[in-house]
Amino acid sequence: MSTSTLPARAHDPAAEFLDRRTPLERARGVLHRYPALSPAIVLVLSVVVFGLLNDRFWAPGNLSLITQQVAVVGTLAVAQTLVILTAGIDLSVGSIMVLGSVVMAQAATSIGLPPPVALLLGLLVGLAAGGVNGVLVTRLKLPPFIATLGTLNVFLAITLLYSRGATVRGTDMPAFMTWTGTTFPVFGVRISIGVLLMLAAYLVVAIALSRTAWGKHVYAVGDDKDAARLSGISVNRVLLSVYLSAGAILALAAWLQIGRANAASPNVGVDMNLDSITAVVIGGTSLFGGRGTVWGTLLGALIVGVFRNGLSLAGLDVLYQTLAVGVLVIVAVSLDQWIRKVRK
Amino acid sequence: MTTIDTTTTTDDGVTPGATPVLQARGLVKTFGRVVGLDGVDIELYRGEVLAIIGDNGAGKSTLIKCLTGAEIPDQGEIVLDGERVHFKRPQDARAAGIETVYQTLAVAPSLDIASNLFLGREVRRKGFLGSVLRMTDRAGMRERARRELRDLGISTLQDVTVPVENLSGGQRQAVAVARAAAFGSKVVVLDEPTAALGVRESGQVLELVRTLRDNGVPVIIISHNMPHVFEIADRIHVQRLGRRAASITPRSHSMTEAVAIMTGAAEA
Repeated sequence: MSTSTLPARAHDPAAEFLDRRTPLERARGVLHRYPALSPAIVLVLSVVVFGLLNDRFWAPGNLSLITQQVAVVGTLAVAQTLVILTAGIDLSVGSIMVLGSVVMAQAATSIGLPPPVALLLGLLVGLAAGGVNGVLVTRLKLPPFIATLGTLNVFLAITLLYSRGATVRGTDMPAFMTWTGTTFPVFGVRISIGVLLMLAAYLVVAIALSRTAWGKHVYAVGDDKDAARLSGISVNRVLLSVYLSAGAILALAAWLQIGRANAASPNVGVDMNLDSITAVVIGGTSLFGGRGTVWGTLLGALIVGVFRNGLSLAGLDVLYQTLAVGVLVIVAVSLDQWIRKVRK
Repeated sequence: MTTIDTTTTTDDGVTPGATPVLQARGLVKTFGRVVGLDGVDIELYRGEVLAIIGDNGAGKSTLIKCLTGAEIPDQGEIVLDGERVHFKRPQDARAAGIETVYQTLAVAPSLDIASNLFLGREVRRKGFLGSVLRMTDRAGMRERARRELRDLGISTLQDVTVPVENLSGGQRQAVAVARAAAFGSKVVVLDEPTAALGVRESGQVLELVRTLRDNGVPVIIISHNMPHVFEIADRIHVQRLGRRAASITPRSHSMTEAVAIMTGAAEA
């Protein structure tokens, strides 16, 4: 038994009064404090560069196209952000959305339910699917990656079995089902109802995360599960609520997808899970949980939209868009790792 | 082995006739065939810092876990403020007023200081915003966090909106201690609060413990660090082989004598 174990750490009292950090380290400190700052810078730069490269980038028609392309993935990414903030990941967002859209469309057409009831049914499907993910993660203690990899395929198969592979066309549905695709002009740019609903989802989740105890608990669980538990937070309840909220948001995304595609197809959109993760990661949210904001995710979704659009306007092959998005992800995560070194 | 109960002697630092805030009698806890606690008695009086020392395996942690609800004792009773308590979970002990600062600190690094102080017991806004929209009273919590830190004399933490991950080890420990002290707690338990800290930071944390005691909150502190124990403790509970070997004070015994009791080389 030692009687004296004082660690002899050198400490210079003057260090507190002299900021000896290099400008680079100081920049890193600022980026660390405001995780949405780096995607904001990237978005502004990319808009400026693509605008200079091609006059048509700034055309109202093009800008409205970008916003509409971003709407569905942007909404999926809200749900994805919630899950990733808890240090999880949801690979099933795309297939839950497709399942929801097919159920909504079938309910409104072949079953003949009034559109609001059909939407409500889609919401219940989203909640149920999110609930399944939540139970797998909290009760069976499966890693979120594995749980949602499984449900990705399960929900996709259910969708195809239920719809028998058939697409329901928008013209066969009551108008309210495709209402999210209708647009109205704002200073010449045509904005769709879907874009507004997406922004509403961001606003609601942002307020819930920053202004409610639930939001703090989501961050705390993602930061350090054990610390959260010792603070009296019911970790499982928080996780379950996150997957349920994600399910509800995915039901909204399903409605937006019907409006955007003017159809409910069981084959379109399953691969959007990766796009949603891309948006979250580029938006500065850490895959290790506990760090990030939904506003960063919105910026991330816009960055991906601007890159795809700008590169295609520049006349580059679609493969270069894919390449660029891939590089963006790697750069974003590397940047995140570097920023997180501030911790020590 | 012989346990010598010294609680009735005059040099044990206890005022005769005082009633303990927290008291445990005959605590037994076994893990299969391993005996963790073999009938421990312990009492904590108002306004004192009680240190628990003991070699590895002496039952320090098990004792603390029983007092803070992390373990349920097989036998024995725990009395808090004159009432018998039965803790099933750490939350029960916390609800009853026993706050624990774990060695791992249990803070959320990315949340700011105020959010950490109120983590798990956030205060909602008044009226519709709070009751229906469940919004938290951020300004109020920040104001109260500032007040709590000031009352504890933690002058280095002025900005309560700074994320905890930007703080030094000592400052994080201060946040954890402030959180334990901030909610009208009856007892604060600190598990190895200086183990990971440098000299200067250890000094600050010990100062904080002193402030806490002077504010009327009794403190139980577990430590391997004898100089720190002898600097801060009013009374020392020496744990050995699952029982209390002695209850001594820094005035009645020297550091060497305490270690001797702890290791069994001498009796109290």
